[in-house]
Amino acid sequence: MISAIIKDQPSGFSLAQYVTCLNGIVWREGLRFLHQRERFVSALVRPLVWLFIFAAGFRQVLGISIIPPYETYILYEVYIAPGLMAMIQLFNGMQSSLSMVYDREMGNMRTLLVSPLPRWYLLFCKLLAGTAVSLLQVYAFLLIAWLWDIEPPLIGYLTVLPALVLSGLMLGALGMLISSGIRQLENFAGVMNFVIFPMFFASSALYPLWRVQEGSPMLYYVCLFNPFTHAVELIRFALYGQMNWVSLAVVGGCTAVFMIGAVFAYDPSRGLGRRGPAGGET
Amino acid sequence: MTATDAPIAGQIPPDSRRRSDPVEMPALSIDGVSHCYGARRALIDINFAVAPASFTALLGLNGAGKSTLFSLVTRLFGIQAGRIAIFGHDIGLAPGEALRLLGVVFQPRTLDLDLSVTQNLLYHAALHGIDRHEARLRAGEVLARIGLADRAGSKVRDLSGGQMRRLEIARALLHRPRLLLLDEATVGLDVKARADILGHVRRLVTEQGIGVLWATHLFDEIIPRDDLVVLHQGRVLAHGPGARIIADTGAQDINSSFMRLTEAAAELGSLSP
Repeated sequence: MISAIIKDQPSGFSLAQYVTCLNGIVWREGLRFLHQRERFVSALVRPLVWLFIFAAGFRQVLGISIIPPYETYILYEVYIAPGLMAMIQLFNGMQSSLSMVYDREMGNMRTLLVSPLPRWYLLFCKLLAGTAVSLLQVYAFLLIAWLWDIEPPLIGYLTVLPALVLSGLMLGALGMLISSGIRQLENFAGVMNFVIFPMFFASSALYPLWRVQEGSPMLYYVCLFNPFTHAVELIRFALYGQMNWVSLAVVGGCTAVFMIGAVFAYDPSRGLGRRGPAGGET
Repeated sequence: MTATDAPIAGQIPPDSRRRSDPVEMPALSIDGVSHCYGARRALIDINFAVAPASFTALLGLNGAGKSTLFSLVTRLFGIQAGRIAIFGHDIGLAPGEALRLLGVVFQPRTLDLDLSVTQNLLYHAALHGIDRHEARLRAGEVLARIGLADRAGSKVRDLSGGQMRRLEIARALLHRPRLLLLDEATVGLDVKARADILGHVRRLVTEQGIGVLWATHLFDEIIPRDDLVVLHQGRVLAHGPGARIIADTGAQDINSSFMRLTEAAAELGSLSP
């Protein structure tokens, strides 16, 4: 009787069910973000400190020549704004992965992973949800930056959106990949130091690459091969309605590689399950 | 299978409705499953089945391998050897079809404490592709059934331990599974909360025809008419109706029966080269 009922059930999932799942994961991530107001405040304070204090101090020290996409001399604050936008996404990506480690330790992650929908899709939804949260933070930052006389063309607020989505996905996927290898929250702090700071400082976020090349050719190449540099440049160009094709290719490629790596690492027959159950379980 | 499968005079007969249909598909079938963590063998050649509309207790001490087995059935871990199927759907080959028929309550709490009771249910429903309108209807139904309708808007962190467990069971039933796994679901609860939850789950078997696999190390949660799987150090020592296992071992109750089985296993282990 029961077997007969079960055989009558449609197999597979409809497009509507996939969309429902995506909406649910984004909604939950949004709720969690709203419940963590400190997270929103700290996500904004961090780049604003750089903008208001660091940039004001370095304005007189660092000269910026006319480099694309800028068509005239610009203030240092204007130069670092795209880097700070990417920094928000970098921290958000790592924060999301930190919450994945926390969820896994606390057991919440199982709710997601025992869903019948494909695991790659669940992880992708999680990634999109994290990116959506980062967009809220970046646009809040842009609003405050506008009050600080950082005024890209109005169309730039729109054209930068796809770039932010792509860079958010790349940094979120990187965080997800890292989180798959972390077993305990305590271990994550070290990884943050080894990932966030090197990525941020060895990039074009704070100074143009030609300046870096003058100081250290080796560091220049490190910066050049740093995917974060390309995320910054993609955002910088898009904010002025232009496209940096090399950065687009690098960010797109890295997103795919990191995402495939994360799906591989969260595959039950490969990553998970090899290291034993969580503490206290047998 | 073990020697306990042989019929014993005077045993309590198993539920004839369940046993009489030879073609009925098991709710859960576990065939030759083994699992290792590196060199450590956590599960060794596990074989048993859970019938639809039956209550099967998976009894084992801490470290027996119950949670590992649950992680394999729920596809948190990949299967290294053997086969697991839920109503005939192989968990390795057709995980989507298998998992949609499965509800799970894990040993650790898996609720989001910062969300409300209803929000937790809606999130779970979304993960199963149930649209928001239908999810709200079902959430209302299950909350009424478990007596938490008045706490629908409460934050989960404000619930008691027993209420959280009931909510987890309600959540596991939201997508209307035909098989329910509960891993040490009553650990840490007081006597009344334990009895309430166990009673609720037993009613799911009789009233809704759900197959239940109840993992526990608490002997008093098992009654002789339950199907029983005794798991010890990664091996199934006995499998069958509890009454038959008690009779086979010449014991008076589940507790002493379990002790005899594990002592016999230890003796065999010490004799083997």
